[in-house]
Amino acid sequence: MTYLEFLSHLRALPEIWLLVATSVVMLVDLYSKDERKRLTLASAQLTLLVCFLLTVYVLYESEGTRHVIFNGLFVSDVMGHVLKLVCYVAVSGALLYSQQYMAERGLLRGEFVTLLLFSLLGMMVMISAASFLTLFLGLELMSLCLYALVALNRDSALSTEAAMKYFVLGALSSGLLLYGMSMIYGATGTLNIYEVADHARRLAAAPTDRTFLVFGLVFLVAGLAFKIGVVPFHMWIPDVYQGAPTAVTLIVGTAPKLAAFAMAVRLLVNGLPELAHDWQQMLALLALASMALGNITAIAQSNLKRMLAYSTIAHMGFMLLGLLSGVVGGNRLNADVAYSAALFYMIIYVLMSLGAFGVLLYCSRAGFECENLEDVKGLNRTNPWFAFVMLVLMFSLAGIPPTAGFYAKLAVLSAAVNAGQVWLAVAAVLFSLIGAFYYLRVVKLMYFDDPKDATRAVGARGFGVALSANGLALLLLGILPQPLMAICFIAIRTLN
Amino acid sequence: MLLTLAIWIPIVAGAAVLATGANEGGSQRAGLARWLALAGAVLGFLVTIPLYTGFDVQNAGFQFVERHLWIERFNIWYHLGVDGISLLFVLLNSFITILIVIAGWSTIDTRVGQYYGAFLLMSGILNGVFAALDAVLFYVFFEGVLIPMFIIIGIWGGPNRVYAAVKFFLYTLLGSLLMLVAMLYLYDKSGGSFAITDWHTLPIPLGVQKLLFFGFLFAFAVKVPMWPVHTWLPDAHTEAPTGGSVVLAAILLKLGAYGFVRFSLPILPDACRDLAWLMIALSLVAIAYIGLVTLVQTDMKRLIAYSSVSHMGFVTLGFFIFNAYGVEGGLVQMISHGFVSAAMFLCVGVLYDRMHTRMIGDYGGVVNTMPKFAAFMMLFAMANAGLPATSGFVGEFLVIMGAMQVSFWLALVAATTLIWGAAYTLWMYKRVIFGAVANSHVGELKDLNAREFAVLTALAVAVLAMGVYPRPFTEVMHGSVNGLLKHIAASKT
Repeated sequence: MTYLEFLSHLRALPEIWLLVATSVVMLVDLYSKDERKRLTLASAQLTLLVCFLLTVYVLYESEGTRHVIFNGLFVSDVMGHVLKLVCYVAVSGALLYSQQYMAERGLLRGEFVTLLLFSLLGMMVMISAASFLTLFLGLELMSLCLYALVALNRDSALSTEAAMKYFVLGALSSGLLLYGMSMIYGATGTLNIYEVADHARRLAAAPTDRTFLVFGLVFLVAGLAFKIGVVPFHMWIPDVYQGAPTAVTLIVGTAPKLAAFAMAVRLLVNGLPELAHDWQQMLALLALASMALGNITAIAQSNLKRMLAYSTIAHMGFMLLGLLSGVVGGNRLNADVAYSAALFYMIIYVLMSLGAFGVLLYCSRAGFECENLEDVKGLNRTNPWFAFVMLVLMFSLAGIPPTAGFYAKLAVLSAAVNAGQVWLAVAAVLFSLIGAFYYLRVVKLMYFDDPKDATRAVGARGFGVALSANGLALLLLGILPQPLMAICFIAIRTLN
Repeated sequence: MLLTLAIWIPIVAGAAVLATGANEGGSQRAGLARWLALAGAVLGFLVTIPLYTGFDVQNAGFQFVERHLWIERFNIWYHLGVDGISLLFVLLNSFITILIVIAGWSTIDTRVGQYYGAFLLMSGILNGVFAALDAVLFYVFFEGVLIPMFIIIGIWGGPNRVYAAVKFFLYTLLGSLLMLVAMLYLYDKSGGSFAITDWHTLPIPLGVQKLLFFGFLFAFAVKVPMWPVHTWLPDAHTEAPTGGSVVLAAILLKLGAYGFVRFSLPILPDACRDLAWLMIALSLVAIAYIGLVTLVQTDMKRLIAYSSVSHMGFVTLGFFIFNAYGVEGGLVQMISHGFVSAAMFLCVGVLYDRMHTRMIGDYGGVVNTMPKFAAFMMLFAMANAGLPATSGFVGEFLVIMGAMQVSFWLALVAATTLIWGAAYTLWMYKRVIFGAVANSHVGELKDLNAREFAVLTALAVAVLAMGVYPRPFTEVMHGSVNGLLKHIAASKT
C-alpha cells in the first residue's frame, strides 16, 4: 500500500473513528456505576461530535467530487456526507431525548448506547456503499442492532412481540433484497454499483437480458419497500412503533429512514438508471397505495405511536413521488430536481419525526406512558411551550406553511408536476388533506380540551432546550428553506 | 419597506404578546399583553397610512414594490406590491385589527396572551396575502391564516367550537391544496417562474385554462364562500368569539374574492369568459336563495353569517360580468361589507357579553334599556340592507348597474337582494330592539360603555363616509380596474 492509497482511505475516517470510539464507549460503560449513565452518554455524544467534525472535514477536503475507495466497495460523495451529518444529529437527539425516559424505566443500560452507535455505523456503511456487498453488510449491521433495541424491554410482551415481528419480516426482506442482488449479479457479473450501471446500459438493449434485469429489479424494489416501509410491505411498522419503548421507536423512525433512502438512491438511481421506466412505475403504485392506506388508517388510531407509524407510511409514499419523477421518457433533465426534492423531504421528515416522538418522551414520566391520544389532552394548559412545539410539528407534518413540512411537499409536488405526473400530484394532495385531519386532532386535543390531570411534564433542562431547538428549527427552515434546499441539490447533482 | 413593515410589525408584536405568557384576565401580565397588542395594532395601522397618501392613482401597475430573492432553488421571490385593488384591503385589515383589540379588552379573560397574539399574527399574515406578488409567498400567507384562525375558533368559541374549527380548516385546506397543484403547473409551463405578473401574460390553451380555473375555483370559492361550499361559514361564525367573527367576516371572506381578481381573471381570462355563466349562476343562487335562508335564522350570528354569503354573492357576480361597474362595484362591496359585517358582529358581541345568548327569541325591547346601542345598530342594519347614503348601497347599486348592461333579467334577480336584505335585517332588528321589554334580563341591561362606544363610532363614521362620498375609495381603484378589464378582454390561448 502506497502512502497515497493510505491517505485515500482516510475518507472512511468517520466510520473508522466510530468503530474505535464505540468500542471505547463500551469499555467506559463497564466502569460507570451511575444510574443515569452520564459518563457513557457524554462519551457517546463526544463520539458523535467528532464524527460530525470528521465528516465535515472529509466533505470539505473532497471539494464536492466523488471518490470510490477500498477497491470499489466504498463511495465517499456529497450525498453520503449530508445524510451522515443528519444521521449524527438524529442519533445525538435520540440519545438526549431518551436518557430520562430510559432511566426511569430501568432500561438505560450500556447496551442501549452501544447498540445505537453500532447501528449508526451500519447506517453509515449503507449510505456509503458502492457495492452490493457493503450495502448488505451495512444493512445487516444496522438491522440486527435495531432488532435488539426493540426487544430491550425484555419483560414486556408487547416489545418482545414487536421485536419478533420486526426480525422475521426484516429477515424476509433481506432475503428478497439478496435474491434481487444475486439476479442482477448474474446478469451483469459484478457487484459494484457503478459497474452494474455500465453493464445494464449495454444489456438493457437486448430484450431477454432486460427481462432478466427487471426480474431482479422487482425483488430489489420489494426489499427496499420493506426497509422504507411502504404499502404493501408496511405491516411491521405499526407493531414495531407501538411495541418498542418510545425512545426506541424514535430511533427506528428517524436515522434508519435516511439509510434506507440512501440505499434506494444507490440501487435505483446509481445502479439501474437504465431501468428507470420500470422502477418508476413500481414506485408509483407503492406511493399511491402508501399515501392512501397510511393516511386513511391513521385516522382510526387511538394510540399516538401507532398513528405516527401510519403517518410515516404516508410520508414515505409522498417521498417516493420525488424518486419516481426523475426520468421522463428516457430524459434525465428532471432528475436532479426530483431526487433532491426527495432528499429534502427525507431530511425534513426525520427532523419532524424526531421532534414528535421527542414531545411524547417529554410528556412521559415514571409510571406514565404518553402514548394515547388522550394523554396529550390539555397540554396547552399544563405546558404551553411544548404544546406550541408540538403544534409546529403537527402542522409541519400536515404540510401547512410556514413550516418546513410545506416546502418538503412543495418540492416533491413540483418535481412530480414537472415530470407531467399532474394527476398523481392531485391524488397526493387529496390524501394529504385526509392526513391533515389526524394531525389537527392532536392540536385539537392539546389546545381545545381540558387536561386529564394537571400534572405538568418536567423534563431535564438539556432535553427541553434540544426539543425546543428542534421545533424552532422546523419553523426557521419554513421561513428560510433555501440553504438546505441548495445543499440537497448539490448533493444530488454530484451523485454521478 | 412600508409593506414589509405592515406585515411584520403585527407579527413581531404578536410574538411579543405571546411571549408575555399572559393567562388570567386580571393579572398584571394580561394588562401588559393588552397594551402591547394595542401598540402593535396602532403602529401597524399607522405604517399603512402612507400607502394611501403616497399612492399614485394614475398608475395602474404595482406600487411600493419590494423584491428580494427568497428561495433561489425554486426561483421564489419575496415580492411585495399593491395596486388599486389590493391597497384598500391592507388598510381595512390594519384598521379592523385595532377595533378587535379594543373590543376584546375586558371580555377575554382566559389565555389573554394567546388570544391577542393569534389576532396580531393573523393581521400581519393577512396583509401579506394582499401584498404578495409571488405565488408561493401568497400561498404561504393564504394558508398560514388557517393556523391562528383554527386556534381562535377552537379555544374561545362557543359550545360547538371544535366541530366548527375542524370543518373550517379542512374545507379551506381542500381548496388551497388543489390551487397549489394549479400553481405548480403554471410554474412548470412558465419556465420556472412563480411571479404572478409573469403568469398574467402566459399563453395557455383553453382546455388547460378550464382545468386550472377549477383548481383555483375550489380554493377561492371555499373562502368567499360561494354556494354550495358555504356551509362551513355559519358554523365557524356562530362558534367563533366576537373578534374571530369580525376578522372572518371583514377580512377572511375577502381573500377568496381577491383571489379571483388577482389569479383567475387575469391568468385565465378565456376560461373565465367561457365559464362566466357558471359563476353568475352560483352568485345568483347565493344572492336569492341564501337571502331566503337568512330570513328564517333564529340565531343572530348565524343570520349575519348567511347574509354575508348573500352579500359576497354580489361581489362574485360583479367580477364575472366583466365591466367597470361590476368589478368596481364588487370591490366597493367588499370594503363596505368589511365595515358593515364587522359592525354587525360587534353589535351582537355587545349583546352577547351581557346576556350570553345569541338567540333572537331571548331579546326584545332592548331599546328601552340601551338607547345608544339601538341607534348604532339601526345605522348598521340599514347599511346591511343597502340603504342609500350608507356604504352598503354604493357597491350593490354599482353591481346592479353593471348587471343591467349585460341583461335586464340578471339585474332583476340581483336586485331582489335589496328586498331580502331589508326583510331579514330589519325583521331581526325589530324583534331584538323594539317592542316591550321581553324579560327581566333585558330590563337589567346596561348601555354601551366608552370602549364599545368608541369602536362603534369609528365604524359608523366609516360606513357613512363611504356611503355619502365614496370617491376616495373608488378613485384609487379606477386605474387598476380598467387595466384589468382591458387585460381580460384579450384572449390568451
